[in-house]
Amino acid sequence: MTRRKRTQLAVEITAAVVGIVYLLPMLWSVIASVTPASALLEQPLRWIPSQLDFGRYIAILTPGGVGETGAGFLEAMGNSLFVAAITVTIALVVSIFGAYAFARLKFAGRRITLALFLSTYMLPQIALLIPLYFILNQLSLLDSRWGLILVDLALVVPFTLWILSNYFLTVPEELEDAARVDGCTRMGALWRVVLPSARPGIVTAIMFAFFLAWDEFLYALIFTSTYASKTLPVAIAEFSGRYTTDFGLVAAGGLVAALPPVLIALAFQRNIVSGMSAGAIKG
Amino acid sequence: MTTRTIRTPRRHTSATSQVQTRFAWLLLAPAILVVFGVILYPLYRTVLVSLFDVRSALDPSPAFVGLGNYVAMLSSPSVWASLGRTLYFTVVSLIIEVTLGLCLALLLNAPMRFRWLFRTAIVIPWALPTIVNAAMWKGIYNAQYGALNAVLYQLGVIHDYVPWLSEPWRAMNLVILADAWKTTPLVAFFLLAGLTSIPSELYEAAEVDGLGWWKRFRAITLPLLVPAISIVVVLRTVEAFKVFDIIYAMTRGGPANGTAVISYYTYQTAFSDQSFGIGSAMAMLIVLIIAILCMIYLRLIRSSEMSLL
Repeated sequence: MTRRKRTQLAVEITAAVVGIVYLLPMLWSVIASVTPASALLEQPLRWIPSQLDFGRYIAILTPGGVGETGAGFLEAMGNSLFVAAITVTIALVVSIFGAYAFARLKFAGRRITLALFLSTYMLPQIALLIPLYFILNQLSLLDSRWGLILVDLALVVPFTLWILSNYFLTVPEELEDAARVDGCTRMGALWRVVLPSARPGIVTAIMFAFFLAWDEFLYALIFTSTYASKTLPVAIAEFSGRYTTDFGLVAAGGLVAALPPVLIALAFQRNIVSGMSAGAIKG
Repeated sequence: MTTRTIRTPRRHTSATSQVQTRFAWLLLAPAILVVFGVILYPLYRTVLVSLFDVRSALDPSPAFVGLGNYVAMLSSPSVWASLGRTLYFTVVSLIIEVTLGLCLALLLNAPMRFRWLFRTAIVIPWALPTIVNAAMWKGIYNAQYGALNAVLYQLGVIHDYVPWLSEPWRAMNLVILADAWKTTPLVAFFLLAGLTSIPSELYEAAEVDGLGWWKRFRAITLPLLVPAISIVVVLRTVEAFKVFDIIYAMTRGGPANGTAVISYYTYQTAFSDQSFGIGSAMAMLIVLIIAILCMIYLRLIRSSEMSLL
């Protein structure tokens, strides 16, 4: 075995150990979600349950829950999907136009406007919480999914605008000029030339926008009060306060809520690294 | 118009640039409307509220108190204590995230078989929603059924189950750990993006020169990674300074306010105590601190290769 091969093997073993240890907390959540509630309370804990209990998944995925347990979860999931889907769609359209202006057009105030957009995504939500509460109250948009979409857009748009601007810059201007010589309007060239060439950027923008909207908690916590508009993060936080004796139920809810973003992240891994070099970084 | 075709390229004539300017603002209008409508106007209202003694959302004519709320805020020991906790949270989080994140990034970038599998494993915690992460760790730390107790008990490290989150100092450290578990992969992937942009010829040359692993790291990797590290440090500082979600879901600021960071304390002051005026003053304090961090950030990306600004 050559020295290089030996180093590689050592690296692989380290990576395997690190990867497995890193995922242990999640693994335990998965096990706990199918362990009978009484077995979870045993001391010493048996790590592998003697029988599996899928009851919690049934409870949270049944409308109204099973005997009230898990009630509201399905509604919250529907709200999360609704809010995320519409927020992402509007944010994408709005920022494709805006990003084109930033990447291609020369105009007075361009730099300062971009800097302003960029600084808004540093702004703490807590700084806007109090007046937004008053404003949404006046507009009768409290406890409404549209109210949430409105405030979420302000979080998502600066972000997608910044990612897309950076991607549009990487599309060679000559391609667009050629299309315009052939008679395309600016918007035609944006649609036929820039967008197809910036496809990885668009996928990245959609992915990060979805994460932001799916993960948003503080606005949803303050601006919603019933399951007409409560989203999954609020529901999970409530679960974890309400079902203190059955961690398995919280774990099951959490895993279902984590499924969409985890699947998307796994499917579009490449876009994560490239997106981060384009400036997409958000906890 | 004829001079244009002869002398200057079309982008630089004033007529075209005026058309371009108008067109640019038209394209930006929806984004400006959405973002600044939901941010700048409310921000202005926050400033306004911070100058009044607002006790309820419905108060029609609250009393004007000028800078009274700011004076009250700055003379409150709890505000300073929560700022101190926020600083502690930020500094310790950053040290953990950047150190471990750098190690993880190097490992993610190292040549190996099944690299995609390792990357997959590390991506998962990052994709987990913050509240789900918080609920999971709250379960792990639980006094009756938590996995941490079970592990330590079965290893013989502890002989009685420990209520991990019931002591302020320990709760803070454990919340930081839970937060770092989710955010370290983010830092790692950001640094990985920086690592992959280092030309491999540099390493090959260094290897020809007979430099060892550590020397190559010191001479090539670290200096070329400095821009990425500084950006990630500033961005994570801002995010850590704003921390709210994980605190709310894990400890609600407790025990004994041990994890009440400034965002949480602001939320409590405004929405539990209904002191919207002082709450707004505290929010402005957070904005001020983050604005300072933001300026550092803008300076950093302007000096890096991102060419938009």
